[in-house]
Amino acid sequence: MNALINSTSAELLRLRKWSATWVVVGAWMALALAFGYVFNYVAYVSGEENFTSDGGTRAGLLAQMLPPALPDILVQGLPMFGGALAMVIGALAAGNGFGWGTWKTVFTQGPSRLATVGGSLLAVTLIVVAMITATLVLYLGVSSLIAVTEGQEIVMPSLEAVAKAYGTGFLVLEMWAVLGFLVGVIAKGPSIAVGLGLVWALVVENLLRGVGGLISAVETFTHVLPGTAGGSLVGALVGDGSGTPGVVTTIGGERALITVAAYVLVAIVAAVVVMRRRDLA
Amino acid sequence: MNELVVETDGLTKRYGDRLAVDLVSMTVVRGEVYGFLGPNGAGKTTTLRMMLGLIRPTAGSVSVLGRPAGRPDVTARIGALIEGPGFYPYLSGRDNLRTLARYRRLPDTEVDRVLDLVDLAERAKDAFKGYSLGMKQRLGVAAAMLGSPDLLVLDEPTNGLDPAGMADMRALVVSLAEAGQTVILSSHILAEVQEICDRVGVINNGELLRESTVAELRGGATLRVRATPEDAALAAVMRLAGEDGVRRLGDGALEIDLPATAAPGLVKELVGAGVDVHEVTAAERSLEDVFFEMTSTKELVS
Repeated sequence: MNALINSTSAELLRLRKWSATWVVVGAWMALALAFGYVFNYVAYVSGEENFTSDGGTRAGLLAQMLPPALPDILVQGLPMFGGALAMVIGALAAGNGFGWGTWKTVFTQGPSRLATVGGSLLAVTLIVVAMITATLVLYLGVSSLIAVTEGQEIVMPSLEAVAKAYGTGFLVLEMWAVLGFLVGVIAKGPSIAVGLGLVWALVVENLLRGVGGLISAVETFTHVLPGTAGGSLVGALVGDGSGTPGVVTTIGGERALITVAAYVLVAIVAAVVVMRRRDLA
Repeated sequence: MNELVVETDGLTKRYGDRLAVDLVSMTVVRGEVYGFLGPNGAGKTTTLRMMLGLIRPTAGSVSVLGRPAGRPDVTARIGALIEGPGFYPYLSGRDNLRTLARYRRLPDTEVDRVLDLVDLAERAKDAFKGYSLGMKQRLGVAAAMLGSPDLLVLDEPTNGLDPAGMADMRALVVSLAEAGQTVILSSHILAEVQEICDRVGVINNGELLRESTVAELRGGATLRVRATPEDAALAAVMRLAGEDGVRRLGDGALEIDLPATAAPGLVKELVGAGVDVHEVTAAERSLEDVFFEMTSTKELVS
């Protein structure tokens, strides 16, 4: 246990001091802010229709930006954009160590491979936690600010709703992050892992879902894919009426939860097993 | 005193149908500087990687500090620089070491100690990617010395260094050895090994050809004599050194397996036989001579 804690703290130190980590997390925060609030707010103020407003009224648009809508807004962007960026973090954290020779160096420090790889995964997980927490804090601040600016009463969403959204958001991001980590381990480098992973998450799954409408075997197959699972988990919370890319209601919430959890578990175990057995030449 | 720090037994690593390491059985004793000598691609690094548990042997075993290699408690007591330093390029030298120190919860003072040891304290705050090759290599040695390990494994630590850097690195290893540090130093530079190692293992094509002290390997001193007529000289010399103790060197000179102290007697013998002596020199074989002799004739471990 101590070895795992030591490894996690070592890995956190170097990930924390890595500009790439902050670029990715920063990109997510900027996207989250832009798509969650900025575009809607600009549309609201200028009175134009906005693509996320579903042709609703200005009042409806405002309601989406107030604190009670926060749980929905928090998770909407995660299945696709947040997930893709989390995957980049996982792939970078695992993949670069091969080219730099740092896995080799780390494996000769003392802690077992189980502890070092586990520590790396734990560090990535903590970054995911930081990512979703920072998003929540940002959204709380921005939605409260909008409420105050627009002269609305500040009504906080129920703690349960926030917790549910937070948990869902964490799981979806974590799934993509550890999948990225696994692909980084298998590809022994970040570039193929990031490239293939992004094409998969952003393009292939959507195309398959399209083909699934024509061929039922493909449709069944898409039901077990991570994108569908993550999207459905969020969809179970917010419904698919928002039109946000990646949010679907293809499978039920419970099944989505099990699938996402299974992906997290399988990716972690597979990454550790591959790294434990591997010759580091 | 003769505690074995490393012992390999029939160590073998096969990649496909290529034998990278073939039945290597070597021993490293506590407190010595062991030179691991061989041309590039001879199997040095592969053997060292197995010692550290980075790769698994196909057959045979390695025990380090009396326990099987690769176990966490063993690896923690080895400091290693294997095949070039592997660091995070975006971190400073110091932060790289701080990261590594955390794996064993070593304090930052230990990081500063090893940085001082390799003379990198002044540049410790600069990013690793901006380091010269020599600085990178020195940081690698510093990382290996974190936590004062029982065994230091340095794989070609002078690779890519300029002459001054090489001299510094050798001086560092020598000073560590004087402090009682056990070091395995792999190298393809024979002069380096001859200068700083107590014992050497010579490896070529994955086979350990010989393991002995540097002095043994080089053999005793010899005398070289140039005298005419050569046949009469040869006969006279053989009376002193025996038939197997003399070799013709081809340029009219004879190499004789006698120490330098035998020179006066030898000259008397030659003069007594009516031979004209032109030149007598005491010569020592370099490790390089021995090495090329060995790698070309494929002498086996005796």
